[in-house]
Amino acid sequence: MLDKTIMQEMERIVGEKNVLTRKVDLVTYSYDATADMPRQIPDVVVMPTSTEEVRRVVNLAREKGLAIYPRGAGTNLSGGTIPLKKGVVLSFQRMNRIMEVDPDNLTATVQPGVVIQDLNNAVLPFGLVYPPDPGTVATATMGGSVAENSGGLRGLKYGVTKHYVMGMEVVLANGDKVRFGGKTVKNVTAYDFANLFVGSEGTLGIITEITAKLIPAPKYRRSMMGLFKKLEDAGNTVTGIIKSQVIPATLEIMDRTTIETVENYTKVGLPTDVEALLLIEVDGMAEEVVEREAQAVAKVVKENSGDLKLATSDAERDQLWAARRAALPALAQLSPTVVLEDATVPRTRVTDMLVACQKIAEKYGLKIGTFGHAGDGNLHPTILADANNKEEMQRVHKAVDEIFATALSFGGTLSGEHGIGIAKMRYLGDEIGQSGLRLMRSVKEALDPHYILNPGKMVPEKEA
Amino acid sequence: MSATAEKGKGVVTTPYDELQLVRNELSKCMKCGNCMAVCPVYLTDKAEAGVARGKVAVAEAVLSGELDVDDPEVVQMLFNCLVCKSCMQNCPTKVNFDRIMLALRAAVVRKKGLHPLKDMIFGLIKRPKLFDAGMKVGAALQGLAFRDDPDKKAISPRSPFAFVGKNYGFDLHRSLPELASTPFRDRVTEVVKVRDAKTKAAFFTGCSVNYFYPQVGEDVVEVLKENKVQISIPKDQQCCGIAVFVHGDVKTVRELARKNLDAMQNSGAEYLVTACGSCGGAWQHEYKELLSDDPVYGPQAQYWSARTYDISTFLTKVIGYRPPKGKVEAVVTYHDSCHLKKTMKVSQEPRQILMSIPGVTFKEMAKPDACCGSGGSYLLTHYETSKSIAQRKVADINQTEADHVTTGCPACMMQLLDHVGRFGKGQKITHYVSLLAESYRKEKKGGAIHVP
Repeated sequence: MLDKTIMQEMERIVGEKNVLTRKVDLVTYSYDATADMPRQIPDVVVMPTSTEEVRRVVNLAREKGLAIYPRGAGTNLSGGTIPLKKGVVLSFQRMNRIMEVDPDNLTATVQPGVVIQDLNNAVLPFGLVYPPDPGTVATATMGGSVAENSGGLRGLKYGVTKHYVMGMEVVLANGDKVRFGGKTVKNVTAYDFANLFVGSEGTLGIITEITAKLIPAPKYRRSMMGLFKKLEDAGNTVTGIIKSQVIPATLEIMDRTTIETVENYTKVGLPTDVEALLLIEVDGMAEEVVEREAQAVAKVVKENSGDLKLATSDAERDQLWAARRAALPALAQLSPTVVLEDATVPRTRVTDMLVACQKIAEKYGLKIGTFGHAGDGNLHPTILADANNKEEMQRVHKAVDEIFATALSFGGTLSGEHGIGIAKMRYLGDEIGQSGLRLMRSVKEALDPHYILNPGKMVPEKEA
Repeated sequence: MSATAEKGKGVVTTPYDELQLVRNELSKCMKCGNCMAVCPVYLTDKAEAGVARGKVAVAEAVLSGELDVDDPEVVQMLFNCLVCKSCMQNCPTKVNFDRIMLALRAAVVRKKGLHPLKDMIFGLIKRPKLFDAGMKVGAALQGLAFRDDPDKKAISPRSPFAFVGKNYGFDLHRSLPELASTPFRDRVTEVVKVRDAKTKAAFFTGCSVNYFYPQVGEDVVEVLKENKVQISIPKDQQCCGIAVFVHGDVKTVRELARKNLDAMQNSGAEYLVTACGSCGGAWQHEYKELLSDDPVYGPQAQYWSARTYDISTFLTKVIGYRPPKGKVEAVVTYHDSCHLKKTMKVSQEPRQILMSIPGVTFKEMAKPDACCGSGGSYLLTHYETSKSIAQRKVADINQTEADHVTTGCPACMMQLLDHVGRFGKGQKITHYVSLLAESYRKEKKGGAIHVP
């Protein structure tokens, strides 16, 4: 429990109803969506509604030596918002105004608590879209997804969050407010700060406003599914599609374990004697171009012995998508603990990575279903376990170690879209080396010398 | 009442008797937060304790001994939930959140007893004659505190009462349905016979239809008669008990369930028909769960569970209703009542009925299944939250430009009456069955459309 005067000061800054101190409330900020993570109850939850309030809370916390954990909706998958060292959870749930939609400049300016889907609902009447679409679009906030540099299903063609952030306002650990970037497509003034803070996981500064880039929403799309008896055929299809000069909006893969589980769960009529399934969608502004691309994709699927299903209506498209949408829920209902990884490899190694995951599952006697974004090499090996079973969890941790080591050996990365947070911090050196860790610390300490912003995440503190 | 004491009566320990039994439900929650997209309380309060995921975390803390279930802060959080089950529709791992919530509330009552006021009210509900007499006295005296608004078929508080009541939403602009001076069940005979009856159905009216919306009851009778269904309306039927169950009073809901089962067993009906999602849900789900190990009433509850239908499902899927021919000129939208859609899984049938009425233009609103904010007594205890939930609903209703808002649950009708009155455009609030009844009546008066 914090000193009463600190609480009173917080209440003076953001108003009484925006300071949560009751234990029931604090318990509900002790977790995020990540499995197998420690929980910690913060000292206080503060919900600012303006940048000035954020600045004053940061100044107060710094003076009192309290850690600050910026938090959007708490849907991240790396333990990024858990208040590990107690202190202040700075929740942006109530700082959620869409400040401006500027259809002529193709931008929107938002406060960090705006839910991604709400932004898309607001720009839809202009025929525009904000493309990054993590699985949590209906709940995750703009601030959270910018801080995590979220990806999603459309990464291959449309990129990820960092490609859609044009400007920002940030409050630093020293209480300074800085603004950079803006509505201009071109801007080379100063360092590219937007790209420093995107994906910084709340460790370098607190995002208080975002100017996002919008694009015209694609008008036409064609969806299809390819079923493959051999994993290699699916892998060759992925590279074949790219070789035929088509960039699909989505190019998703599911392995045999996932297909079987989805079919058991949903009975959507998937064959269970196949090794892999690809879900492919092409889209664009011209019907004729989209149709041509769809035919090119269909040709590649058939050339690689794939069984092709082409959706001819929205209802049929929904059916194809139902299988992919059910992947995580179907796997999750098999066991109480679901460890969801996002190891990512170059597109040409997707097949190798799927085979490796299956071998790792066998080696450690675990059930691992792998699905994910084959087009951008971002896979989700999903390990099913029970956190109450200590021995099994040890095997899970070994399997995770091996999944990461394998991804790195294929020229891949620890995390494609979930972030480092607590979950992958100890593997960081394996990818970026000691010099990389030193660079991380230099940047961190230049901006936040006392590690008050989201401590215990992403940047390992120097050994004492 | 402790679990062991109830065991003597042959009642098994359910999660409502033994909190530990919700552990399995709790472990299904991944904390993904998908519930945040649909929880009406969260969308209003924007705080994690409002949403199912947060409440599951608190339940975990209660089970691990970190928090006491009867801690006033915990109790307050538990009751800031409409039990609308919206979260359950959006839950990838299908956590039965209603079970968790009601088990916790039951545990609170076991530990510290019912609030004296609730104890008094629930005690009254159990005594049907006294309850009935009370409602009739209320009907006779309501003119003192409320003024009549014949245009809306509603009443509003008079100024001295509005002054006292404004903190609870009883301000001058509050519209409420009038308490019927003659309740529905006093207006009809216990058995309504028809010539050449196809089948026999019992009508479980529920309290709201009986005391506030007797016309809806008469409309149910009308459409059943038109479809050659003999109707019995047992006089012994009582409150379904859901209103007390959501307050953790497991003992009273079990008593009511047994009495209602007795009433239906004696009716000789083949089916049980309801016109309220909460009542129908009780018959389809809660009774059989609450009485699962009762050797006498358990099997009866199972039997009626499979024979209970919302009037719309009964008409469209069980008997195949006769399409109405009377013209009803109306632009109609439909609000999916939570318990009707999310408990009874009824959503297409009322729409099918509405669209089959000549003259009706159907307009779907955005998010038709978003909760209206009623939650039974929630609207009394959390009026401000309830109001802002309803405000979003009415905005969606206004967008449709419909002149009639229909729904399938009297509790939603009351909530919509109040807030369409405040934020709407004078739309009429009706039960969907009333429009069907109106069409049948017009047909008899010769208003049928000539079909060549």
